[in-house]
Amino acid sequence: MSDTTTRRAAETSGRQQGDHPSGDNRFELVDKQLKRGRYSQDQLIETLHVAQDVFGNLSEDILVYVARALRLPPSMVYGVATFYELFTFDPPGDHSCTVCTGTACFVKGADDIVQGVSEAYDVPAGETAADGSLTLKTARCLGSCGLAPVVVFDGEVLSHQNTESTLELVAAAVGGGS
Amino acid sequence: MAAPIDLHEVSEREREARFRTRWRVKACGSTACISAGAGAVINAVEDMVEREDMQLEVQVIPTGCMGLCSAGPLMRMMRRGGQETDYQKVTPELSREIVRSHVINEEPLPEHQLDTGIPFFTSQERIVLANGGIINPDRIESYVAHGGYSALEKALTTMKPKAVIDEIRTAGIRGRGGAGYPVASKWSLLSAAAGDTKYVVANGDEGDPGAYMDRTIMEDDPHRLIEGIAIAAYATGASDAYIYVRAEYPRAIERLDRAIRVARRNRLLGRRILDTKFSLNVEIRIGAGAFVCGEETALMASIEGRRGTPRLRPPYPTDSGLWGHPTMINNVETLANIAPIINNGGEWFASIGTAKSTGTKVFALAGDITNTGLIEVPMGTPLRDIVEKIGGGVPDGGTFKAAQTGGPSGGCIPSKFLDTPVDYESLRELGSIMGSGGLIVMDDSQSMPDVAKFFMEFSMDESCGKCTPCRAGTVQMHNILQRIVDGHGTRGDLRDLEHLCTVVRDTSLCGLGQAAPNPVLSTLQYFRSEYEALLAKEVAHG
Repeated sequence: MSDTTTRRAAETSGRQQGDHPSGDNRFELVDKQLKRGRYSQDQLIETLHVAQDVFGNLSEDILVYVARALRLPPSMVYGVATFYELFTFDPPGDHSCTVCTGTACFVKGADDIVQGVSEAYDVPAGETAADGSLTLKTARCLGSCGLAPVVVFDGEVLSHQNTESTLELVAAAVGGGS
Repeated sequence: MAAPIDLHEVSEREREARFRTRWRVKACGSTACISAGAGAVINAVEDMVEREDMQLEVQVIPTGCMGLCSAGPLMRMMRRGGQETDYQKVTPELSREIVRSHVINEEPLPEHQLDTGIPFFTSQERIVLANGGIINPDRIESYVAHGGYSALEKALTTMKPKAVIDEIRTAGIRGRGGAGYPVASKWSLLSAAAGDTKYVVANGDEGDPGAYMDRTIMEDDPHRLIEGIAIAAYATGASDAYIYVRAEYPRAIERLDRAIRVARRNRLLGRRILDTKFSLNVEIRIGAGAFVCGEETALMASIEGRRGTPRLRPPYPTDSGLWGHPTMINNVETLANIAPIINNGGEWFASIGTAKSTGTKVFALAGDITNTGLIEVPMGTPLRDIVEKIGGGVPDGGTFKAAQTGGPSGGCIPSKFLDTPVDYESLRELGSIMGSGGLIVMDDSQSMPDVAKFFMEFSMDESCGKCTPCRAGTVQMHNILQRIVDGHGTRGDLRDLEHLCTVVRDTSLCGLGQAAPNPVLSTLQYFRSEYEALLAKEVAHG
């Protein structure tokens, strides 16, 4: 995307859905957030959250777009985006499996679950399988310690998990597993 | 400008509504119970009430956390006039059965009942969590009917800002975020700071794994937090406030967002609050998964939209904080204590707990323990009471080995100190800290070097990288711990580890680095033989 397009996109955020100058209407939602934050530079993290929600991940194009809109150096936007754990740059897999590895879950064997899924699907924690079918993540603490160990599969919170139950769950959605 | 809310009238109306039906069904809709299936239970009861035309008999009220998360989903049947029956592990089918049995036959279902006479419930003293399981967090009227915003009204209409701070000083409350700094001193500093622009920040970046009391407050009693912030801002002369919430808590963000809008509409926030001269603007800021942002200078950097790295203090935030203006950061649980203090007086608060640690503390009880959930006890309660009476002891015939408090900045307390009163000083003497209130019980199957490695991995991952001792030291300590756990450690490794602990503790820039060695130091202090046994194995195998 050229610089002029980006700048114009940022300036014409009030336009109707369907004719975003970038050619990708999802930017409308980012524009809406930018406008809500009155293009204030301290709204960077909020804007990145919205952008990631909309696009699934933060590509270079998006980072440049946000940098232009907030009149921030791209290096700063990149620096902030890479600092925070929750921002991701690679597209997510079709399914996502998040294992809570907080203290209570650790005490109840969460590490075994991570290792089990990781080995069965050949995907290191924090990454997406080569075929894009599954993203395996760990979370620091989901705050459901009474239900430990906790696994979140495609947004559904599952309590009292173990390696077998989690593998069954993943196999049912993704298939396979070796 | 719309007229401000009439607290008295709303409260009366809400109380009348309580008697509208013969039965009220309160179902815990907090995150833990929702994870256990409470959403389906609430829907099932609501559907049934509508389908079977029971609206005149039954009203369904989703509430916040009732406390005993391990028995969830929880549900309470309340008959007009007082009789209450609690149920545990409720499913959609069971919930329908319970409601029918009560409403049609006036019969409880004893086999599914939850005994609220057990010490888990009777040994607690709930101030911060008083509204949990009682009010509907999504309705301001529900909060108001339970005394909500009366403290703000009292402060704004009958107290000078200085009198508010004096009341807080009499209460003797200390920060609930971990360090235990006297709250009144912080408020006085902000109050005395020069300048017209001052900020109050509620720290809801609850990053300690195993702690979820702040989330519960934000989700289940959002107006309580807002009221505390408003009183703090009035007392200190601030006109803007931020609530910094972890992005991992989307429900808290949603609830707070709605609560702020509703409060503004009712003239409890915004311009000329309750028709007084006091104005306050409150905004939410969302974190993005960085533990270090719980540190106050890092948190401010994050609010400003920058990388959340800490900086040296002084200058303290109350001198130079957000955008260079005086700023005060209080923990969410601290702020949730403010309204009760103003309502009941500082002396009442100071009468609870111990002389130096007043009031109560909320703990998230988890790990190898029978009753897991959120509990609130007076400061100074012996650890044994928490673990054995309230927690119901270690399940499955296991033996208590240690209680971990303070998360990655805290330590492990062994069984010989079970009679220690839980307060700021006592825990510090044992090499742990109060922290934000995670309390994880470990039985004798847990290996302490493993636990130490777990926390070091956490600190290593979360180190922001700004100062070398923390950035490099945590990696080195983790490597050594890994070697020891794998059985390849040597005596020299143990020596290096201890040396590194003191270096990192003494030279790191912020609290994260300074406290990162604590789990290692405390497990070395109390469970050294476990480390040595792992070394001995290496020697034996040659």
